[in-house]
Amino acid sequence: MARDHNVLFRTLADPSRRAIFERLCRDGEQTVGALTARAGISQPAVSKHLGVLKQAGLVRDRHEGRQTHYSAQLGALAPLINWTSRMTGFWEKRFDALEDLLHRMDQ
Amino acid sequence: MTKTSAETRSVVVERELPHPPEKLWRALTQPHLIEEWLMKNDFSPVVGHRFNLRGEWGGVLDCEVLEVEPNKTLSYTWNFVHEDAAYDLRSVVVFTLTPTGAGTRLRMEQSGFRPDQRQAFGGANAGWQQFFAKLDQVLARVD
Repeated sequence: MARDHNVLFRTLADPSRRAIFERLCRDGEQTVGALTARAGISQPAVSKHLGVLKQAGLVRDRHEGRQTHYSAQLGALAPLINWTSRMTGFWEKRFDALEDLLHRMDQ
Repeated sequence: MTKTSAETRSVVVERELPHPPEKLWRALTQPHLIEEWLMKNDFSPVVGHRFNLRGEWGGVLDCEVLEVEPNKTLSYTWNFVHEDAAYDLRSVVVFTLTPTGAGTRLRMEQSGFRPDQRQAFGGANAGWQQFFAKLDQVLARVD
Protein backbone atom coordinates (compact mmCIF):
# COMPACT_ATOMS: atom_id res chain seq x y z
CA MET A 1 0.00 0.00 0.00
CA ALA A 2 2.80 2.41 0.85
CA ARG A 3 4.12 1.77 -2.64
CA ASP A 4 0.72 2.52 -4.21
CA HIS A 5 0.67 5.67 -2.16
CA ASN A 6 3.92 6.80 -3.70
CA VAL A 7 2.72 5.97 -7.20
CA LEU A 8 -0.36 8.12 -6.69
CA PHE A 9 1.65 11.02 -5.32
CA ARG A 10 4.22 10.78 -8.08
CA THR A 11 1.49 10.63 -10.70
CA LEU A 12 -0.26 13.71 -9.37
CA ALA A 13 2.91 15.66 -8.66
CA ASP A 14 3.04 16.86 -12.27
CA PRO A 15 0.97 20.08 -12.53
CA SER A 16 -0.26 19.41 -16.10
CA ARG A 17 -1.30 15.90 -15.20
CA ARG A 18 -3.00 17.13 -12.06
CA ALA A 19 -4.85 19.78 -14.10
CA ILE A 20 -6.15 17.10 -16.47
CA PHE A 21 -7.26 14.97 -13.57
CA GLU A 22 -8.95 17.92 -11.86
CA ARG A 23 -10.79 18.73 -15.06
CA LEU A 24 -12.11 15.19 -15.29
CA CYS A 25 -13.17 15.33 -11.62
CA ARG A 26 -14.99 18.61 -12.17
CA ASP A 27 -16.52 18.19 -15.60
CA GLY A 28 -16.96 14.45 -15.95
CA GLU A 29 -16.07 12.17 -18.83
CA GLN A 30 -14.22 13.72 -21.79
CA THR A 31 -12.37 12.84 -24.96
CA VAL A 32 -8.66 13.47 -25.51
CA GLY A 33 -9.62 16.13 -28.05
CA ALA A 34 -11.78 18.04 -25.58
CA LEU A 35 -9.09 17.84 -22.93
CA THR A 36 -6.39 19.00 -25.37
CA ALA A 37 -8.44 22.02 -26.40
CA ARG A 38 -8.20 23.40 -22.87
CA ALA A 39 -4.93 21.94 -21.64
CA GLY A 40 -2.57 24.25 -23.52
CA ILE A 41 -0.33 21.32 -24.45
CA SER A 42 -0.22 19.03 -27.49
CA GLN A 43 -2.54 16.07 -27.95
CA PRO A 44 0.32 13.52 -27.73
CA ALA A 45 1.36 15.11 -24.42
CA VAL A 46 -2.22 14.91 -23.12
CA SER A 47 -2.44 11.27 -24.25
CA LYS A 48 0.80 10.48 -22.48
CA HIS A 49 -0.45 12.04 -19.24
CA LEU A 50 -3.71 10.10 -19.54
CA GLY A 51 -1.70 6.89 -19.94
CA VAL A 52 0.18 7.58 -16.71
CA LEU A 53 -3.06 8.47 -14.90
CA LYS A 54 -4.63 5.26 -16.16
CA GLN A 55 -1.70 3.16 -14.92
CA ALA A 56 -2.14 4.66 -11.46
CA GLY A 57 -5.82 3.74 -11.57
CA LEU A 58 -6.86 7.38 -11.50
CA VAL A 59 -8.69 7.40 -14.83
CA ARG A 60 -10.60 4.87 -16.87
CA ASP A 61 -11.00 4.88 -20.63
CA ARG A 62 -13.99 3.87 -22.67
CA HIS A 63 -13.84 3.38 -26.43
CA GLU A 64 -16.69 4.51 -28.58
CA GLY A 65 -16.12 4.38 -32.32
CA ARG A 66 -12.89 6.25 -33.00
CA GLN A 67 -13.12 8.22 -29.82
CA THR A 68 -11.74 7.35 -26.42
CA HIS A 69 -13.54 8.87 -23.47
CA TYR A 70 -11.74 9.30 -20.16
CA SER A 71 -13.28 9.59 -16.72
CA ALA A 72 -11.81 10.16 -13.24
CA GLN A 73 -11.78 7.30 -10.76
CA LEU A 74 -12.25 9.02 -7.43
CA GLY A 75 -12.07 5.77 -5.52
CA ALA A 76 -8.37 5.55 -6.33
CA LEU A 77 -7.80 8.64 -4.22
CA ALA A 78 -9.32 7.31 -1.04
CA PRO A 79 -6.00 6.37 0.59
CA LEU A 80 -4.64 9.85 0.00
CA ILE A 81 -7.32 11.90 1.58
CA ASN A 82 -5.95 13.57 4.61
CA TRP A 83 -7.23 11.77 7.66
CA THR A 84 -7.60 15.06 9.48
CA SER A 85 -10.64 16.03 7.44
CA ARG A 86 -12.21 12.64 8.01
CA MET A 87 -11.47 12.75 11.74
CA THR A 88 -12.85 16.28 12.08
CA GLY A 89 -16.13 15.13 10.54
CA PHE A 90 -16.12 12.15 12.88
CA TRP A 91 -15.64 14.28 16.01
CA GLU A 92 -18.23 16.87 14.96
CA LYS A 93 -20.79 14.07 14.71
CA ARG A 94 -19.70 12.59 18.05
CA PHE A 95 -20.03 16.02 19.67
CA ASP A 96 -23.57 16.29 18.29
CA ALA A 97 -24.35 12.97 19.97
CA LEU A 98 -22.68 14.19 23.17
CA GLU A 99 -24.89 17.30 23.19
CA ASP A 100 -27.95 15.10 22.78
CA LEU A 101 -26.83 12.92 25.67
CA LEU A 102 -26.14 15.90 27.97
CA HIS A 103 -29.57 17.22 27.18
CA ARG A 104 -31.16 13.88 28.05
CA MET A 105 -29.17 13.71 31.30
CA ASP A 106 -31.15 16.79 32.40
CA GLN A 107 -34.41 14.93 32.26
CA MET B 1 3.77 16.96 22.74
CA THR B 2 6.91 18.36 21.22
CA LYS B 3 6.75 16.71 17.83
CA THR B 4 7.36 19.03 14.96
CA SER B 5 4.44 20.03 12.80
CA ALA B 6 5.91 18.19 9.83
CA GLU B 7 5.41 14.92 11.64
CA THR B 8 2.20 15.64 13.46
CA ARG B 9 -1.26 16.20 12.13
CA SER B 10 -3.78 17.51 14.58
CA VAL B 11 -7.52 17.65 14.60
CA VAL B 12 -9.10 20.16 16.95
CA VAL B 13 -12.83 20.32 17.58
CA GLU B 14 -14.22 22.76 20.13
CA ARG B 15 -17.71 23.37 21.34
CA GLU B 16 -19.45 25.50 23.96
CA LEU B 17 -21.86 23.35 25.93
CA PRO B 18 -24.54 24.77 28.27
CA HIS B 19 -23.69 22.26 31.00
CA PRO B 20 -21.33 22.33 33.98
CA PRO B 21 -17.91 20.62 33.71
CA GLU B 22 -18.87 18.02 36.34
CA LYS B 23 -21.74 16.76 34.21
CA LEU B 24 -19.64 16.74 31.06
CA TRP B 25 -16.95 14.83 32.94
CA ARG B 26 -19.45 12.06 33.69
CA ALA B 27 -20.34 11.79 30.01
CA LEU B 28 -16.63 11.52 29.17
CA THR B 29 -15.70 8.97 31.83
CA GLN B 30 -18.64 6.65 32.60
CA PRO B 31 -18.66 3.65 30.23
CA HIS B 32 -22.44 3.50 29.74
CA LEU B 33 -22.49 7.21 28.93
CA ILE B 34 -19.40 7.06 26.68
CA GLU B 35 -21.17 4.34 24.73
CA GLU B 36 -24.11 6.66 24.10
CA TRP B 37 -22.11 9.33 22.30
CA LEU B 38 -18.85 7.68 21.26
CA MET B 39 -18.49 3.90 21.17
CA LYS B 40 -18.86 0.71 23.18
CA ASN B 41 -16.00 0.55 25.65
CA ASP B 42 -14.45 -0.80 28.85
CA PHE B 43 -13.08 2.56 29.92
CA SER B 44 -12.00 3.37 33.47
CA PRO B 45 -10.64 6.79 34.51
CA VAL B 46 -7.35 5.41 35.80
CA VAL B 47 -3.99 6.36 34.33
CA GLY B 48 -2.45 3.31 32.66
CA HIS B 49 -5.78 1.55 32.18
CA ARG B 50 -5.94 -0.14 28.79
CA PHE B 51 -9.27 -0.35 27.04
CA ASN B 52 -10.93 -0.77 23.67
CA LEU B 53 -13.37 1.37 21.79
CA ARG B 54 -15.54 -0.71 19.49
CA GLY B 55 -17.02 1.03 16.51
CA GLU B 56 -20.30 0.16 14.84
CA TRP B 57 -18.33 -0.58 11.68
CA GLY B 58 -16.56 -3.46 13.49
CA GLY B 59 -13.27 -1.68 14.03
CA VAL B 60 -11.58 -1.89 17.42
CA LEU B 61 -9.38 0.90 18.76
CA ASP B 62 -6.63 0.17 21.27
CA CYS B 63 -6.48 2.82 23.95
CA GLU B 64 -4.58 3.58 27.15
CA VAL B 65 -5.44 6.29 29.65
CA LEU B 66 -2.65 8.85 29.85
CA GLU B 67 -4.01 11.66 31.96
CA VAL B 68 -6.97 12.09 34.33
CA GLU B 69 -7.60 15.41 36.02
CA PRO B 70 -11.26 15.33 37.08
CA ASN B 71 -13.48 17.95 35.45
CA LYS B 72 -10.48 19.39 33.59
CA THR B 73 -8.41 17.06 31.41
CA LEU B 74 -8.74 13.56 30.04
CA SER B 75 -6.29 12.02 27.63
CA TYR B 76 -5.85 8.61 26.07
CA THR B 77 -4.13 6.96 23.18
CA TRP B 78 -6.27 6.19 20.15
CA ASN B 79 -4.57 3.54 18.05
CA PHE B 80 -5.91 1.59 15.15
CA VAL B 81 -3.52 -1.14 14.21
CA HIS B 82 -3.81 -2.15 10.60
CA GLU B 83 -1.37 -3.94 8.33
CA ASP B 84 -2.31 -1.56 5.55
CA ALA B 85 -0.33 1.61 6.28
CA ALA B 86 -3.10 3.74 4.80
CA TYR B 87 -5.39 2.77 7.66
CA ASP B 88 -2.90 2.31 10.46
CA LEU B 89 -3.19 5.13 12.96
CA ARG B 90 -1.30 5.99 16.13
CA SER B 91 -2.70 9.00 17.90
CA VAL B 92 -3.48 10.67 21.21
CA VAL B 93 -6.78 12.28 22.14
CA VAL B 94 -6.92 15.06 24.73
CA PHE B 95 -10.18 16.47 26.08
CA THR B 96 -9.92 19.80 27.87
CA LEU B 97 -12.83 21.26 29.83
CA THR B 98 -12.90 24.96 30.63
CA PRO B 99 -15.73 26.49 32.66
CA THR B 100 -17.44 29.44 31.01
CA GLY B 101 -20.17 31.71 32.36
CA ALA B 102 -22.87 29.70 30.64
CA GLY B 103 -21.40 26.21 30.91
CA THR B 104 -18.28 24.54 29.60
CA ARG B 105 -16.02 24.85 26.61
CA LEU B 106 -15.01 21.37 25.47
CA ARG B 107 -11.90 21.06 23.35
CA MET B 108 -10.82 17.83 21.74
CA GLU B 109 -7.41 17.60 20.15
CA GLN B 110 -6.31 14.47 18.37
CA SER B 111 -2.74 14.40 17.24
CA GLY B 112 -1.32 11.56 15.35
CA PHE B 113 1.19 10.65 12.81
CA ARG B 114 1.66 8.01 10.24
CA PRO B 115 5.09 7.28 8.87
CA ASP B 116 3.82 6.73 5.34
CA GLN B 117 2.04 10.05 5.34
CA ARG B 118 5.07 11.82 6.69
CA GLN B 119 7.02 10.43 3.79
CA ALA B 120 4.38 11.20 1.20
CA PHE B 121 3.78 14.74 2.40
CA GLY B 122 7.45 15.37 3.02
CA GLY B 123 8.11 16.93 -0.34
CA ALA B 124 4.73 18.60 -0.52
CA ASN B 125 4.55 21.97 -2.17
CA ALA B 126 1.81 24.56 -1.77
CA GLY B 127 -0.17 23.00 -4.59
CA TRP B 128 -1.05 19.94 -2.57
CA GLN B 129 -3.02 21.84 0.02
CA GLN B 130 -5.22 23.43 -2.64
CA PHE B 131 -5.59 20.15 -4.40
CA PHE B 132 -6.85 18.42 -1.29
CA ALA B 133 -9.20 21.28 -0.49
CA LYS B 134 -10.80 20.95 -3.92
CA LEU B 135 -10.81 17.21 -3.65
CA ASP B 136 -12.72 17.33 -0.38
CA GLN B 137 -15.39 19.40 -2.10
CA VAL B 138 -15.65 16.95 -4.95
CA LEU B 139 -15.87 13.97 -2.63
CA ALA B 140 -18.41 15.70 -0.41
CA ARG B 141 -20.70 15.92 -3.44
CA VAL B 142 -20.12 12.26 -4.28
CA ASP B 143 -21.34 11.24 -0.80
